Amino acid sequence: MSETHEGVHRHPAPTGFIRKYIFSIDHKVIGIQYIMLALAAVIVGMVMSLLMRMNLSWPGTSWPIMATLFPTGAPGGIMTPEFYLSLVTMHGTIMVFFVLTTAPQGGFGNYFLPIQIGAEDMAFPYLNMLSFWVTLVGFIVILLAIFVEGNQALGEWFAALGPSFRGGSGTVGPIGGWTGYAPLSALGRVAGPGQGAGMNLWVISIAIFCVGSLLGALNFITTLLNMRTKGMSLMRMPLTCWAWFTTAVLALLSFPVLLGGGILLLLDRVAGTSFFIPGGLYVSGLLSGSNPNFPLHTGGSPILWQHLFWFFGHPEVYIAILPGMGATSHILATFARKPVFGYRAMVFAIFAIGLLGFFVWGHHMFISGMSPYSAIAFSILTLSIGVPSAVKTFNWLGTLWGSRIRFTTAMLFALGFVSLFVAGGITGLILGQSSLDLAMHDTYIVTAHFHLVMGVASIFGMFAATYFWFPKMFGRFMNERIGKLHFWITFVGVYAIFVPMHVMGIQGMPRRYSSFGEYEFLASLHPLVVFVTIAAIITIAVQFLFYFNVFWSIFKGEKAGDNPWEATTLEWNTSSPPPHDNFAGVLPTVYHGPYEFAVPGAPKDFVMQTDIEAEVPGENGHNGHH
Amino acid sequence: MGRVLAVIIWIITLLSVGLFVSKKWWFPEPISEHAPALDRQFLITILVVGISFAAAQIALGWAVWKFRDTGKPGDRSVYSHGSNRLEVLWTVITAVIFIALAVMGQSVWASLRLHDAPPGSYTVEAVAQQFQWNFHYAGADTKFGRTDPSLIDDGALNFIGLDQEDVAARDDAVTSTLVVPAGRPVELRLRSKDVIHNIWVPQLRFKQDLVPGMEIKVNFQIQPDKIGKYELACAELCGQLHFKMKSFMLVVPEDEITRLQAMPQVQYQARVKELLDQYQLPKN
Amino acid sequence: MATMVTTRPPVIKKGASSGPGLPGPNGNGSKRGGSFRDPESHANRYRIGMWVALASVTMMFTSLSSAYIVRASSASDWIALPMPRVLILSTIFILASSVTLELARRKLKASLKKAYTQWVAVTVVLGLAFLASQLFAWQQLKTWGLYLSSNPHSSFFYLLTGAHAVHLAGGLLGLVFLWLRSRWITTDDAILKKRQASADAVSIYWHFMDALWIYLFLLLFLWR
Ligand code: HEA
Ligand code: HEA
Ligand code: CUA
Ligand SMILES: [Cu+2]
Repeated sequence: MSETHEGVHRHPAPTGFIRKYIFSIDHKVIGIQYIMLALAAVIVGMVMSLLMRMNLSWPGTSWPIMATLFPTGAPGGIMTPEFYLSLVTMHGTIMVFFVLTTAPQGGFGNYFLPIQIGAEDMAFPYLNMLSFWVTLVGFIVILLAIFVEGNQALGEWFAALGPSFRGGSGTVGPIGGWTGYAPLSALGRVAGPGQGAGMNLWVISIAIFCVGSLLGALNFITTLLNMRTKGMSLMRMPLTCWAWFTTAVLALLSFPVLLGGGILLLLDRVAGTSFFIPGGLYVSGLLSGSNPNFPLHTGGSPILWQHLFWFFGHPEVYIAILPGMGATSHILATFARKPVFGYRAMVFAIFAIGLLGFFVWGHHMFISGMSPYSAIAFSILTLSIGVPSAVKTFNWLGTLWGSRIRFTTAMLFALGFVSLFVAGGITGLILGQSSLDLAMHDTYIVTAHFHLVMGVASIFGMFAATYFWFPKMFGRFMNERIGKLHFWITFVGVYAIFVPMHVMGIQGMPRRYSSFGEYEFLASLHPLVVFVTIAAIITIAVQFLFYFNVFWSIFKGEKAGDNPWEATTLEWNTSSPPPHDNFAGVLPTVYHGPYEFAVPGAPKDFVMQTDIEAEVPGENGHNGHH
Repeated sequence: MGRVLAVIIWIITLLSVGLFVSKKWWFPEPISEHAPALDRQFLITILVVGISFAAAQIALGWAVWKFRDTGKPGDRSVYSHGSNRLEVLWTVITAVIFIALAVMGQSVWASLRLHDAPPGSYTVEAVAQQFQWNFHYAGADTKFGRTDPSLIDDGALNFIGLDQEDVAARDDAVTSTLVVPAGRPVELRLRSKDVIHNIWVPQLRFKQDLVPGMEIKVNFQIQPDKIGKYELACAELCGQLHFKMKSFMLVVPEDEITRLQAMPQVQYQARVKELLDQYQLPKN
Repeated sequence: MATMVTTRPPVIKKGASSGPGLPGPNGNGSKRGGSFRDPESHANRYRIGMWVALASVTMMFTSLSSAYIVRASSASDWIALPMPRVLILSTIFILASSVTLELARRKLKASLKKAYTQWVAVTVVLGLAFLASQLFAWQQLKTWGLYLSSNPHSSFFYLLTGAHAVHLAGGLLGLVFLWLRSRWITTDDAILKKRQASADAVSIYWHFMDALWIYLFLLLFLWR
C-alpha cells in the first residue's frame, strides 16, 4: 500500500515485554489474558468437581493422596462433609464468576468486539486493562480462601485482621454454596466450619469481581455506541456484537446490586450490623448477644439477601450464555455457508431475553417464604422467557435448513451448543412452574438443568469460539483431528454426566449433600451416581486434549491465512493476528450485512462486509457499480 | 461427519427419552391430596417438554445429516434471510404453549398456597436448628405454650425454649419426629433457630424453607389410606451436617392422634418411638 | 472418522476490494473509511461513558435504598436517628459546588481559561468542605453513642453517607484532574475539544452526586 492516509496512529505499539504482554492496554492482549484466566480457573473448578464426584459415589473410601494433600480436610484420606461442601461452594463460584463471566465477555468479547465493529481499540483502553487486573485480584483473593481455610498456620495468621478472619477450619473455602444464603453466610464462625476467613474472602472476592465487571461493561457499551466504523449500522453488526452488548447492559445493571448486597453482607460479618441477621438466634449453643463470639443481632431479613442475590443472579446466568449464543449464530452461519435465518428476530430475541431476565429472579425463591402471589407472577414471566429462547432455537435450525455445512471442529461445537441448550433450557419450563418447583427445588434436577445449559452449553459456545477464532488470534490453526476427538468424547460425555441427574432429582435426591447414605429412598440411585462419576472422570480427562491442543497449536499449529474460514465479518479483513491498531492505520468501511453467504450471482459463495463491488439483493442503495 | 453427528444426536435423544419413559427411577408414590394433581401437571409438562426436546434434536440431526457441503463449485446454500411469517408463527405457537403451561401450573399452587389452613386443621410447630428437627405439639388444650430463645437449654433437652411456667405449655410435647394425622388438613408453622432449613418429604411433593426470624404457615392434607413412615430431609444448605439433618414423618390414624394428644412429653416420645419401629418405610 | 474429513484447506481470500490486512481502496474520498476519528466522536465518548457509569451507580444506590425500605418497614428494632444539624451545611456546600462547577464550564466554553481554572478550584474546595462536614456529622453521631452497628437506621446512615462520600471523592479526583489539565496552556483544537468533553463528563458526575445526596438526605430523614 503506497497511499498515505492522514490517519493518526494514536497509540503506537509498545515494545517492552511488560507493556506489551503484561500491563497491556491493547484489547487483544487483554482478551487473551482473560481467556488464560478462565483456562486456569476452569482447571481448579474441574478438579474440584472430580473430587466431589469421587466422594459422592465412593463415600468413606480412603484416598491416600487426599490424606497427604489435605491432612485436616480429609483425615485418613476420607473427605469430611465440610470439605465436600466447601468444594461445592468454590466449584460453583469459580465456574460461574471466573470462568463463564470472564472468557465469553472479557475474553472473546474484548478481543473481537472492537474488530468486528471496525474500531482500533476499546473506548477506554486503560480502563480495560484495569478491569482485567481487578478481576485477577478477585481470583487471587478467592484462591486465598482455599489456603486460609485449609492451612492452620495461615488461618491463625489471618486472625490478626479481626476475629471473623480466623481460618484454618480444614476446608478449601467457605460453606454457603455459590449463592451464599444469609444468615448462614452472615453469622461468622459461630455457624460452623468454613464460616470464618474463607467466607470473608469469598464476599470480598465477589465484590472485587463486581467492580472489574462493571468497568468492563462500561467499556463495551461505550465502544459499541461510539466507535462503529463507517457503514457499520446497528443492523449490520454481527450477532456476536449484539450479544456482547446486551450482556454488557445486563452486567452494568445487575452487578451493582450484588455489590450492594455484598457490602451489606460483609458489614454483617465484620461490623456487627444486622441487615440479614434476624433477632433471637440461637446458634451452636449460644444465644445472640450472650457471648463476645456472637454479638447481638436484631431484626434483619434473610430473604432480603436472596432478593438482592437473585436480582443479580438470574441476569448473571444470561450473562453466561448470551455470548455463547452470539458465537453460535456467527459460527453456524459461517460454516453453514448461509445467512443467519431471521437476523432481526435474533436481535429482538436477544433483547427480549435480556429484558425479561430482570423480572424473573423470584423463580429461585418459590419456596423461600416470599408472597405466594408474587410467585405466580414470577412463574408466568419465567415461562415467557422461554419464548425468545425457542425463537432463537428455531432460527438456528432455520439457518441450517438448505445449507451446505462444513464440519469443522468449531462447527461441531456450535451444533453441540444448540443441542445442549435445548436439552438444558426445556427443563427450565418445569422448574419455572411454582407448583412443580415444590417437588423439584434443590434437587439434582436443578443441578442437571443448569449444568446442561450453563455448565456445558455455554462452555460449548466457548469451545466453538476458541476453535473458530484461534487462527485469527494466533495465526495458526488448532489441530482438527485432536479437536474432533475432543468434541466427540466431550459431547457424549456431558450428556452421560448430566442426563441421569434429572431422574435423580425426580426421585428426590437433594443437592449439596456430601453423602446420600442416610436415606432409604435414595439407595436405589447408587448405580446412577457411580455411572455419572465415571462419565465425569472420562470427560474431565479428555479436556487435557483441549489444553494440549491450545498450547501446542500456538507454537506448532498449521499456519493460517487471514480469512481461513472464508468468513464475511471484519475480523477476517485484517491480518492474523491483527496488527496493534487492528487495521494497520485505516479503518474499514462496511457495505453489507454480516452474513452474506451464497449470494446469487456473486463470484464466491461469500461476500465480505467490506466488499464494495458485490451486489447483494434487497440491500438499499446498491453499493458498487453506480 | 454430519451423519455420524446425526446418529449420535439421535441415539442420545433416544436414550435420554428412554431413561424417563422407563420410570425405573421416578417419583416415590404420592401421599398428599394435592400430589396427584401435581404429578399430572408434571406429566403434561414433561410430555410437552419431552416432545419439544425430541423434535428439536431430531430436526437438528436431520439438518446435519442432509445438508453438507459437497465441495462442488456451483453447489450453494439456499439464499434466504428468513421469513417473517414463520417467525410470527413459531413465536405465537410457543408463546401460547408456554403460557398455557404456566397458567395450568398455577392451579395446584393456588389450591395449596393461597388460602390459610381450614378450621379444624391439626397444627404442628416445627423449629429447625442446625442438624436437628424439633416438632412441637400443642397437646389436649390445642394451645401452644410460649417459647423464648433465651429459655433454650440444650442440657435440659429444652431445644425450643418452651416456657414451663406457661399453663398452655404443660401438656405440650416436643419430638424430633413429625407426627400427623391421615385424612385431615395439617398446618405447619415453620420457624428456625439459626439458619435457613427446608422441610422436604418427597412423598408429599412439598417443600418449604424455614427462615429464622419468620414464622411461615403452610398446610396440606394426607390421603386417608397413606398411614406409614416417611423420610424427612433438609433441603436447604444449612452447614456442615446438612446431609444428616434427617427425620421421619409418621402418618397415623386419627385415634392415634387423640391418644398422643393426651400424653405428656415422656410418654409421647416413648409412643413415637414405638410407632417408628412398628411402621415400615415405603418400598421403591 | 478420518475418512470423512471435510475441512477445507485454508483459503486465503484476496478479495477484489480488501486484501487481508490492507485497507480497501476507498472508491471515492468522501466514502473513505474513518481512518481517524474526529475529535467530536472522541468527546462524545466521555459523555456516553459517564452516563453509562451513572446507570450502574444508580443501580447500586437503588439496591441499597430498597434494602433500606425493606428493613425499615419490616423491623421492630428500628430507631430513628436524630438529624445532625451539620448536614444542612453539607447540603449547602454541595449545592453551591454544583453552581460553581457550572460557572466553570461556562467559562471554559467562552474560552476564559483563567476564570475556568479558578472556578474549578473553588469547586474542589467546596467538595472538600462537604466531605469535612459529613465527617463532622459522623463525629456528632459518635458523641451521641450511635455507631455503625447500633441500630438499623444508624447502620444505613453510615453506609449510605459512606458510599456517597467514596463516590464523591472519585468526583473530587476528577476535578483535581481538570484543574491540573487547565493549567497546561494549549491551542490545539483537538485537545481543547477533549478538555471540554472531560469537563462535561466530570460535571455530569458531580451534579449527579449532588442530586444523589439530596435524595439520600430525604430518604434518611423523611423515610424513618
Ligand atoms: C446459562 C445459564 C442458564 C440459563 C440460560 C437458564 C435458563 C432458564 N432457567 Fe435456569 N438456572 C441456572 C442457569 C440457567 N438457566 C442456574 C445456574 C440455576 C441454579 C442456581 C442455583 O440454585 O444454584 C438455575 C435454576 C433455575 C430455576 C430455579 C430452580 C430451583 O432452584 O428450584 C428455574 C425456575 O424457574 C430456572 C428456570 C429457567 C428457565 C425457564 C430458563 C429459560 O431461559 C430456558 C429457555 C430455553 C428453552 C425453553 C429451550 C428452547 C428450545 C425449545 C423450546 C425447542 C423447541 C423446539 C421444537 C419444538 C422443535 N432455572
Ligand atoms: C460453568 C459452570 C460449571 C461447570 C463447567 C461445571 C462443571 C461440572 N460440574 Fe458443576 N456446578 C456449577 C457450575 C458448573 N459446573 C454450579 C454453579 C454448581 C452449584 C454449586 C452450589 O450448589 O452452590 C455446581 C455444582 C455441581 C455439583 C453438585 C454438587 C452438590 O450439589 O452437592 C456437581 C455434582 O456432581 C457438579 C459436577 C460437575 C462436573 C462433573 C463438571 C464437569 O467438570 C464437567 C466436565 C467439564 C467440562 C466439559 C468443562 C470443560 C471446560 C473447559 C476446558 C473450558 C473451556 C474454556 C475456555 C475456552 C475458556 N457440579
Ligand atoms: Cu438443615 Cu440443611
Ligand atoms: Cu434464574
